[in-house]
Amino acid sequence: MNIIEVSHLSKIYKNDSVETVALLDVSFGVKKGEFLAIMGASGSGKSTLMHILGALDLPTSGSYILDGEDVSKLSEDQLADIRNRKIGFVFQAYNLLPRTSALKNVMLPMAYSGVQLAGRVKKAEELLKIVGLSDRMYHTSNQLSGGQQQRVAIARALSMTPSIILADEPTGNLATTQRDEIIEIFQKLNRDGHTIVIITHEPDIAEHAKRIITLKDGKIDSDRVNGKKLKKLKLWN
Amino acid sequence: MELTELVKESLSTLALNKLRTGLATLGIIIGIGSVITLISLGQSGQKSVQNQIESLGSNLLTVEPGSASSGFVREGFGSGTTLTHADANALANSSEITTISTVSPELARRAQVVAGRNNENTQIIGVTPTYASVHKASIASGVFISQRDVDASTKNVVVGPDIVTNLFGEGSNPLGQTLRINGIAFNIVGVTESKGGTGFQNPDTYVYVPLTTAQSVLFGVNYLSTISVEAKNSNVMTEAENQIGYFLLARHKINDPTQADFSILSQSDILGAVSQVTSTFTSLLAGIAAISLLVGGIGIMNIMLVTVTERTREIGLRKALGAKRKTIITQFIVEAIILTAMGGILGMFFGLGASFIISKIINLPFTVSFSSILLAIGVSGATGIVFGWYPAQIAARMQPIEALRYE
Ligand SMILES: Nc1ncnc2c1ncn2[C@@H]1O[C@H](COP(=O)(O)OP(=O)(O)O)[C@@H](O)[C@H]1O
Ligand SMILES: [Mg+2]
Repeated sequence: MNIIEVSHLSKIYKNDSVETVALLDVSFGVKKGEFLAIMGASGSGKSTLMHILGALDLPTSGSYILDGEDVSKLSEDQLADIRNRKIGFVFQAYNLLPRTSALKNVMLPMAYSGVQLAGRVKKAEELLKIVGLSDRMYHTSNQLSGGQQQRVAIARALSMTPSIILADEPTGNLATTQRDEIIEIFQKLNRDGHTIVIITHEPDIAEHAKRIITLKDGKIDSDRVNGKKLKKLKLWN
Repeated sequence: MELTELVKESLSTLALNKLRTGLATLGIIIGIGSVITLISLGQSGQKSVQNQIESLGSNLLTVEPGSASSGFVREGFGSGTTLTHADANALANSSEITTISTVSPELARRAQVVAGRNNENTQIIGVTPTYASVHKASIASGVFISQRDVDASTKNVVVGPDIVTNLFGEGSNPLGQTLRINGIAFNIVGVTESKGGTGFQNPDTYVYVPLTTAQSVLFGVNYLSTISVEAKNSNVMTEAENQIGYFLLARHKINDPTQADFSILSQSDILGAVSQVTSTFTSLLAGIAAISLLVGGIGIMNIMLVTVTERTREIGLRKALGAKRKTIITQFIVEAIILTAMGGILGMFFGLGASFIISKIINLPFTVSFSSILLAIGVSGATGIVFGWYPAQIAARMQPIEALRYE
């Protein structure tokens, strides 16, 4: 069964009398455990697709079924609930709460779903260990490097054990070594069974995915299995 | 998220910008502070006036000369000459009047009192012996004006304790010493007990002379300024008022009560007038309270709007991670309530401190009322909800995509 099922998805932005077609009749499925990269030139509709997949926005037409739930017709609060339980976001700009400890940042989505404090702390500590930050749990976000902040963000994305991890240009703000660290984490998570969708315009990032969908003018230009052998990266730490 | 956690989080957010938090609460501090100060002083004032009135005697009826326009209830201050010592004696001796116990005819005037090189302008009251029991004036040393003094128009005088202090010096014994009123020498025979009064009508500053002496020797008149009547008990006040009224109308040969040449005031009339003044004062305070809290609340709203705008990205992130509308609204309202409640509590202490100091300066009893503390906390909390509502709504309405993109 597909964890993501997108069919005939279109998104048309209407500003005054101008209509911009950002996505047009896009259909694809993502199986559990896949590692998918979505590529395309600037303006090709990547972010629009990411917003819809992330339940941050609704399509103009078409349907989107995430883990068995039809997301395309939900209310604002229902969408918030879907984002909380089923989607782990990793943003280009990390988007941690400022001047807040790594631990608290990781705990935030669990707080919104009503997990008890003790349970939240335990889970957050586990996750920070997985991303290699067990010695940085009480550092606030501004005391961490970009790569470390993004690792906190990944731990946060995992906190609700989501159906998919959705990363929008997760390495866009990082230097090369830190970029490799982050890619390495995504690969490890994927090996552990997590479904990952990365949006990127950088081909060498996309090359680490198992499957690459390329968008062009809001339509799927190509959808291929990445045959190239995975590049071996050095482990972090 | 639990409320205690939310409160903790809000506190640490507010602690990040202490100066702004302080300035934001300042309006509420000043607002609540002045309200508490005024209320507390108002209550002290009211209490002190009530005490004073009650200390004059609770079964007291006061008959004054001058016209009245409805019944016997007096309409304005008159300096009529229509009440006489004979009226008072007739009242006291009447067999028709069953509801009164004691009658005290009085003539009060201000005059200059001199002893040695000291002098003072004060209230001189011509009295008979009944004055002491009607007005609850007791003697600290010596004796009060006696019937013999009245009959013989002696030049004996009884003084209040403040007069002793001011003319003879604190703690001195004035008995047997001479006091001059309007140049006429009087012999001091008694000092009254202190009533601890304050303000304009302070019995501790009174000087008592025999009524007949006051009328014939000091002021050269044959009328009274007041007849004070003590009713048998507080349940017969209205009946006593009517009996006295009809008795005096008959004596003065007046048929129409609206044409009465005197008026009767009861303790409850005076208390009623005072409580009317007090309630006017209270509504005035409520007005000031509303205005100052409005200004304080607008300050809070302003700060909260700035905060919401500044934290647009944070709000977007929180919504992306699963915060519902209600969660965001609660977060910002809790922040606003903490701001205003802090202001309210600080303002309360500030107000209590200020009213303590002021009441010491103007010599009023200091009272802390539980209701004013509840008011401070309740009103400031409510201000937080009212003025935090709109900013919280703006925050909750933000779209996560737009908010995350916001620079
Ligand atoms: N909020 C919007 N209003 C109008 N047009 C938009 C909006 N967001 C994106 N677009 C348009 O939709 C198209 C796809 O944009 P986007 O999804 O951001 O592409 P990408 O992320 O691949 O650069 C572009 O032409 C863009 O101008
Ligand atoms: Mg984009």
